[in-house]
Amino acid sequence: MVAEESVRVVRCGGSELNFRRAVFSADSKYIFCVSGDFVKVHSTATEECVHILQGHRNLVTGIQLNPNNHLQLYSCSFDGTIKLWDYIDGILIKTFTVGHKLHALFTLACAEDSVFVIINKEKPDVFQLFSVKLPKSSSRETEAKELYLVLDYINQSPKCVAFGNEGEYVAAVRDFYLSVYFFKKKTTSRFTLSSSKNKKHAKNNFTCVACHPKEDCIATGHKDGKIRLWRNFDDGKKYTYTCLHWHHDMVMDLAFSVTGTSLLSGGRESVLVEWRDATEKKKEFLPRLGATIEHISVSPAGDLFCTSHSDNKIIIIHRNLEASAVIQGLVKDSNIFTGLMIDPRTKALVLNGKPGHLQFYSLQHDKQLYNLDIIQQEYINDDGLIQIELTKAAFDCCGNWLATVEQRQEKETELELQMKLWMYNKKTQGFVLNTKINMPHEDHITALCFCNAEKFENPTLVTASKDGHFKVWILTDDSDIYKKAVGWTCDFVGSYHKYQATNCCFSEDGSLLAVSFEEIVTIWDSETWELKCTFCQRAGNIRHLCFGRLTCSKYLLGATENGILCCWNLLSCALEWSAKLTIRVMEPDPRSENIAAVSQSSAGSDLFVFKPSEPRPLYIQKNISREEVQWGVFVPRDVPESFTSEAYQWLNRSQFYFLTKSQSLLTFSTKSPEEKLTPTSKQLLAEESLPTTPFYFILGKHRQHQDKKINEALESELVQLPLTENIPAISELLHTPAHVLPSASFLCSKFVNSLLLSKETKSGEEILEDVDMEEEKESGDDSDEERDFTEKTQDTNDTDLGEDIIHQLSKSEEKELRKFRKVDYSWITVL
Amino acid sequence: MGEFKVHRVRFFNYIPSGIRCVAYNNQSNRLAVSRTDGTVEIYNLSANYFQEKFFPGHESRATEALCWAKGQRLFSAGLNGEIIEYDLQALNIKYAVDAFGGPIWSMAVSPHGSQLLVGCEDGSVKLFQITPDKIQFERNFDRQKSRILSLSWHPSGTHVAAGSIDYISVFDVKSGSAVHKMLVDRQYMGVSKRKCIIWGVAFLSDGTVISVDSAGKVQFWDSATGTLVKNHLIANADVQSIAVSDQEDSFVVGTAEGTVFHFQLVSVTSNSSEKQWVRTKPFQHHTHDVRAVAHSPTALISGGTDTHLVIRPLMEKVEVKNYDAALRKITFPHRRLISCSKKRQLLLFQFTHHLELWRLGSTVATGKNGDTLPLSRDADHLLHLKTKGPENIICSCISPCGSWIAYSTTSRFFLYRLNYEHDNISLQRVSKMPAFLRSALQILFSEDSAKLFVASNQGSLHVIRLLEGSFKHLHTFQPQSGTVESMCLLAVSPDGNWLASSGTSAGVHVYNIKHLKLHCTVPSYNFPVTALAIAPNTNNLVIAHSDQQVFEYSIPDKQYTEWSRTIQKQGCYQEAYRPCL
Repeated sequence: MVAEESVRVVRCGGSELNFRRAVFSADSKYIFCVSGDFVKVHSTATEECVHILQGHRNLVTGIQLNPNNHLQLYSCSFDGTIKLWDYIDGILIKTFTVGHKLHALFTLACAEDSVFVIINKEKPDVFQLFSVKLPKSSSRETEAKELYLVLDYINQSPKCVAFGNEGEYVAAVRDFYLSVYFFKKKTTSRFTLSSSKNKKHAKNNFTCVACHPKEDCIATGHKDGKIRLWRNFDDGKKYTYTCLHWHHDMVMDLAFSVTGTSLLSGGRESVLVEWRDATEKKKEFLPRLGATIEHISVSPAGDLFCTSHSDNKIIIIHRNLEASAVIQGLVKDSNIFTGLMIDPRTKALVLNGKPGHLQFYSLQHDKQLYNLDIIQQEYINDDGLIQIELTKAAFDCCGNWLATVEQRQEKETELELQMKLWMYNKKTQGFVLNTKINMPHEDHITALCFCNAEKFENPTLVTASKDGHFKVWILTDDSDIYKKAVGWTCDFVGSYHKYQATNCCFSEDGSLLAVSFEEIVTIWDSETWELKCTFCQRAGNIRHLCFGRLTCSKYLLGATENGILCCWNLLSCALEWSAKLTIRVMEPDPRSENIAAVSQSSAGSDLFVFKPSEPRPLYIQKNISREEVQWGVFVPRDVPESFTSEAYQWLNRSQFYFLTKSQSLLTFSTKSPEEKLTPTSKQLLAEESLPTTPFYFILGKHRQHQDKKINEALESELVQLPLTENIPAISELLHTPAHVLPSASFLCSKFVNSLLLSKETKSGEEILEDVDMEEEKESGDDSDEERDFTEKTQDTNDTDLGEDIIHQLSKSEEKELRKFRKVDYSWITVL
Repeated sequence: MGEFKVHRVRFFNYIPSGIRCVAYNNQSNRLAVSRTDGTVEIYNLSANYFQEKFFPGHESRATEALCWAKGQRLFSAGLNGEIIEYDLQALNIKYAVDAFGGPIWSMAVSPHGSQLLVGCEDGSVKLFQITPDKIQFERNFDRQKSRILSLSWHPSGTHVAAGSIDYISVFDVKSGSAVHKMLVDRQYMGVSKRKCIIWGVAFLSDGTVISVDSAGKVQFWDSATGTLVKNHLIANADVQSIAVSDQEDSFVVGTAEGTVFHFQLVSVTSNSSEKQWVRTKPFQHHTHDVRAVAHSPTALISGGTDTHLVIRPLMEKVEVKNYDAALRKITFPHRRLISCSKKRQLLLFQFTHHLELWRLGSTVATGKNGDTLPLSRDADHLLHLKTKGPENIICSCISPCGSWIAYSTTSRFFLYRLNYEHDNISLQRVSKMPAFLRSALQILFSEDSAKLFVASNQGSLHVIRLLEGSFKHLHTFQPQSGTVESMCLLAVSPDGNWLASSGTSAGVHVYNIKHLKLHCTVPSYNFPVTALAIAPNTNNLVIAHSDQQVFEYSIPDKQYTEWSRTIQKQGCYQEAYRPCL
């Protein structure tokens, strides 16, 4: 492996999808969105990410389709380059180096060889719109140095600049004025709104602008929720505007439909408003979109809209205002109280998501798996309202139980506290509320942990609270005569000299419970709940507490507020070693003895990896992040790596992820970014780019497959049927995104064929033709359904057929198989 | 300055009546406004929106339509079925013609000003020929099923659009037959209303008909094909009025929600000649229905049930930003409705159909400057005098001694003698008024209450000596030869020697009452006189004009005073005050 390369801190997805407007491809099949340093290409039909365009070395700040070739995409970035991509194949075609930090990108069909960028040259808040001439050269990397100033003193956001009437003019808004630059006349008109301090005009600020595609009409959004439609602006004095007012809060973005017949607007209300004919009385709404609408974009074909939301999601909406797909990234707009956790079942990262929700986020696929509504109350979006907050959550070792704590404190003395226990339901594949405990403690709960030892048949939960108690909760039979219902009850309440309990932790085997009371660590026997011993170092309150694992399970580690890390030996009940280290995060690796600690110093955050048995760290990485690291977690790898180098061995079994204060999720990687990419079906995509007429579906593909199939069939005659995973047809089927699969009818036969132990290939000529015709028709009509169906059958076949068919077949099954063999599609080759 | 006791009179319960129609006269820049009590007022927009003339109302004469012909003749029509022409010089009704079609709902003068159309309750549209001194019925158009609520001529005068209930008809003027019938959608926000009333239509020169209706729609129709071109739903309630500018590049509509919407014809793109109508700005200056709108070249004018006349200037049409460019809301009456008797501390309030006499409250307390003194005796309602007949009161006056009250309607003059016995009052009508005292525009008593001055609508000025319970006609000042202009304002000097009178436009005449002859005439000024008064000791006449200028004229010297000349030079009254009334 690539052990030679050094370990780097890399961003691992979870970046903002809502940073800029998303862009649709010309045929509305794909949607492009910026995602950190990358551009992601998603399918609009399946929400699936089909490509990640990588190459920029800093945040991507703008994407636009190439107006002269709609199969190409321009992107610009803070790294000062404009890149041209072939998004179908995911290939970088050209790089233009501009040299300045680029804040936004615009393209125009009439300006063939130039694009427009927003650049900040001198003063920090003065942005200018420049036209950049892109030189025509065959080399892959060229410098674009010809810049022409178009508009000065504009807003940096691309929402505040819009081109209108096929590039006749450009409109830009900032603060209280709208400036319009006419390219032909080379004049700028400026319209100012009154900005007096009085209540009526105080919120007149412009927030966004959009231009009508056909008419000379500029729509501007304002901070007070008004939309103004400006007309006649080419004559300075005779300009006029209309007001549309529905939003009660700032208009976040505006977009005209392709024909200009309707105007879309959105804001904090999370409602997409469509103004038909730009009249106040004809408006349509798409409410309950979940979070503030940050951006709105319209597909060039006019059939789709999409909205980007503050909770890092993109909703694709049909022309008739029906949401059709959701692309959800890592939700970032709330405070993370729960820290980072790993769901033992899905291996997904779990943390606070939308207000009142826990989000399950897949690190491999960089997408949200699902949201679990914990608080189960309607979220009211209002300033100054004190919300219920989800503060703690914990999983048990096998993912059967989830404990959550929520609290709301309006005044000092009024604390609302609730603990909920959720059980995993296999049928619904989700968590179901089992027990709700009101006020489990008198004061804030500071820590929550499950006993992770498998030998305990009774799950045990410990909560520590500021009220000086820790409580042990166990699962018991509820008062149900059928003994089916189970619930959680309090089993034991422990305290120590009325000190506030700050942390709790079970040893790996579950035999000991460590609870820290301010400066003192107490060890309790989990069988009898007897106080075994106490440790006290008088070095400040204990902030982190954890037991060692595997061979180091006799050690207990504690990090104090005053910057001391202590390691106690539980056998000798003595301090083994201590070190001076201000620890922010301390996380044990579940798969090894290693413990990762992140310390905070004025220069930045440093990572230390060590084993409790020896005070010398295994690995030190200085300055992993300039910001404060808030949370960290070890994520077990599915396939262990095999780094030989001693320094990287700690990364073999698990990967360490951490979250900084600005909510960027980072990890350590030794691989180059290209290798990190999960393989996507590139070749299939290329096929997809061919014109896909219905005839092609019926004939073209069919022939190819037919040829392949015959070959395969010949080969498979001789060999023993391999395991299902190894059959190419099946693996292809399972790993191909559903939207690029061919229609189900011929997949089916291929699939069945691949499973069969065929002895002879016999063409069934006795089959009636009309039967086949019917099937053909069906496959054409409702191919979607059939696709789903085939997928389902695959799932079951994976488990059942795979074993049964190989070993022995019952007579009835053999009959069935014979029938299948008769339904041969080889006749189609005749076509 | 002396010391004053200021009475706060909060018992004058003046109720203005709502505006029904407005008609803008482009030639003379005047605006005719009719109110729900039948009053017609004429405002001079050039003279700072001053109400120059007014025609008193009549109970049975509800005006439904008002229009100017040839820039100088004013016609109105109403629910009593009569078409009325007003005499703008003598300030009375010239004649009334019955249209014989039931109540008249709408009226329109042809673009050339020679023909008059009225739309009646019975669905008939009647064409009248305007002759120099009268109007003459010419013919009927095709009769429609229901009442004709709105009419509009095509600027060429060949076609007429008529709004009825549920449909709009287009008539050919030559044949009088309906060319098109355009049915209006009754649907209102998805609910089918019973009827859709076409409150207003406007015919543009390109053949477009704009209609406003009770379903809140503004619709554009192509009169050549009779098809709907565009539909703007602008209100949840009725759209009641429409007015188009002369250039046909903008129009204004008023809704029952009190909002006035401005529509403008703007080019679709800067380099194409294609134009479209776009709703631009809404104005919310009214609290109730906007029954009438007008479009002057520089302003949008609207009036409605809330009685305000609002003049909203169009900023893009205004050249200089001065006082004229500000929003105007005309709420207060421009006529004198209160007269007082100094001696007896009485106030006479004039209402449309009655008079009220109040005694002011009095106090014995004293206080510092700005103090509110407690009343020892409350204000007292002494008298409530109802008029006889359906006519509105034009003017009224109480004598300074408090023993005479005079008022006048369009056809009769009333004089009463008041007798005070302790707290009781008795009222005695002075009967046998002379025949020449029929109708007065202004009444004034002299300071010693011995003389009564009456300005009649023929331009003559009568002087009457009052005795105990009887009167004697002293003299009649006849108008200057050749003019029939009525006098609207009177002022008498406190020593009783001088009488100043002013009409709507000509200068102020000063008469010597002792010798009963014209003393002099103050040179006429560009703007009408809004108020007159004669100073007690110097006999200086102070004249206020609607352009906020004040002149002082010495009657004995027959010239402007020194103070007046310096004031004019300095021009300190230029922008300091609202119009003087």
